[in-house]
Amino acid sequence: MNDFLLIFRRDFTSKEAQPSSEELQNSIKDWQNWFGGIAAQNKLARPLQRWDGEGKVVQQNKQVINGPYAEIKESIGGVIIIKAEDYDDAVSIAQGCPILQLGGNVEVRMANSLKD
Amino acid sequence: MEERELLPNLFRQEYQKIVSVLCYLFGIEHIEIAEDIVSDTFLSATELWGQKGLPENPIAWLYTVAKNKTRNYLKRNSLFGQKITAEIQYNSHLTAEIEIDLSVKNITDSQLAMIFTVCNPAISSESQVALALNLLCGFGIQEIADAFLTNKEVVYKRINRAKQKLKEAHIKIEQPGLEEINNRLDTVLTTLYLLFSEGYYSTAQNTVLRKDLCAEAIRLTYLLTENPTTNKPAVNALMALMCFHASRFEARVNESGETILYEDQDETLWNKELMVKGGYYLGKAATGTQLTKYHLEAGIAYWHTQKEDSHQKWENILQLYNNLLLLEYSPIAALNRTFALAKTNGKWEAILEAEKLNLTDNHFYYSLLGHLYTDFDRAKAIRHFEIAHHLASSAADRATIMKNISRLEGLI
Repeated sequence: MNDFLLIFRRDFTSKEAQPSSEELQNSIKDWQNWFGGIAAQNKLARPLQRWDGEGKVVQQNKQVINGPYAEIKESIGGVIIIKAEDYDDAVSIAQGCPILQLGGNVEVRMANSLKD
Repeated sequence: MEERELLPNLFRQEYQKIVSVLCYLFGIEHIEIAEDIVSDTFLSATELWGQKGLPENPIAWLYTVAKNKTRNYLKRNSLFGQKITAEIQYNSHLTAEIEIDLSVKNITDSQLAMIFTVCNPAISSESQVALALNLLCGFGIQEIADAFLTNKEVVYKRINRAKQKLKEAHIKIEQPGLEEINNRLDTVLTTLYLLFSEGYYSTAQNTVLRKDLCAEAIRLTYLLTENPTTNKPAVNALMALMCFHASRFEARVNESGETILYEDQDETLWNKELMVKGGYYLGKAATGTQLTKYHLEAGIAYWHTQKEDSHQKWENILQLYNNLLLLEYSPIAALNRTFALAKTNGKWEAILEAEKLNLTDNHFYYSLLGHLYTDFDRAKAIRHFEIAHHLASSAADRATIMKNISRLEGLI
């Protein structure tokens, strides 16, 4: 088993990209079931952590701007670390992520251990 | 009550009380002396009461005799007596005569101190449960062996090794301070939880014994809720969990000791009083900021006391299991979560999730798959139940699985 980082991103800023409150309400259950499903496979590598939606960005010139969004519209909604056999396994878990229904995407990255 | 029934109950109850008080007085190093004095007291009682009948107040009689025997012991063994007397004098600045205090308050204090002594991480949780049954609940070695489905020698060795370890670690029997409560309450709750589960889920056929284990776990947890320093939300949550579970005790087993599945239980046998108590403690648990697994499991147990199969019920159970798994993974929670998912999102979705669990050495896993496939693919359902039957080790489990197979075969 390897650790994989799953980063969920979507556009949290442009008005037209925002889900309705009903869609958001429904997606809460989907998120809970998705997390629960990963935990039921004992594939959650770290406890879940919520992240502040605002955030700061430090730019090249060390200037700090508000908001998690840099150049692109999308920003990180959340991050989890799971255990999976390989990329195929991790990707199949990511394919269940409810952010996909909200127009977002999931980036999957395998953790490299030092000994490799 | 018949004398024959009265004595074992009285002995069990009073044994643990007097042992606790004497251990509290003597310290863990002299635990055997405490046990010997109490055993000796009960031996005298059996002999004398057998000849002359019961005294007017058997408990007072036992206390008086135990006190006298303790004083005599201390006199006869002057070295031990001096040591103990000096310690107690030093601690209480009282007279040289040792007071053996068998008041309700001191019994409660002693038992609380003993709970925290027995539930010490220095010994394995298995030993903690055995020692708790012996010292805190007054169970004999044979009864403990029956509960654990093992033999007397194993239990005897386990208990003695545990006592030895406690002695070597110089564990003090004392009222837990705030720091101990914060550090050790988790261990205490785990042990009480195991003690309850041993009674509730044990495959031992002896229903009376199993009920006693549950009752003892509830009694000790109640002790913690009654003491202001240990009356924490998690303790109340555990108490609620036990009450809700215990409310269904009578309906879970038939006359021949076979397990009755939840869906087939006769809810008129469910104990309303315990359900109400569960609700009361769950309310008291809902304070503070810490959400423990006992809170979540109490919530799940609460919903199981609602017989009606509503969507709301299973949706709540599913979310509680989701949270429980996020807090702490266990195969049984993973399986139950999938069962709840079948109720809310349908069996097909649950099959997809179940097949990801891969608990291939667990007979409950195959029983769950058998259950989920029943409506879609009867042959496949039977195959799963057959693997479950092959993997199950207890006769009761195998009988339940066999019933499912014959039910399915009858339908083909």
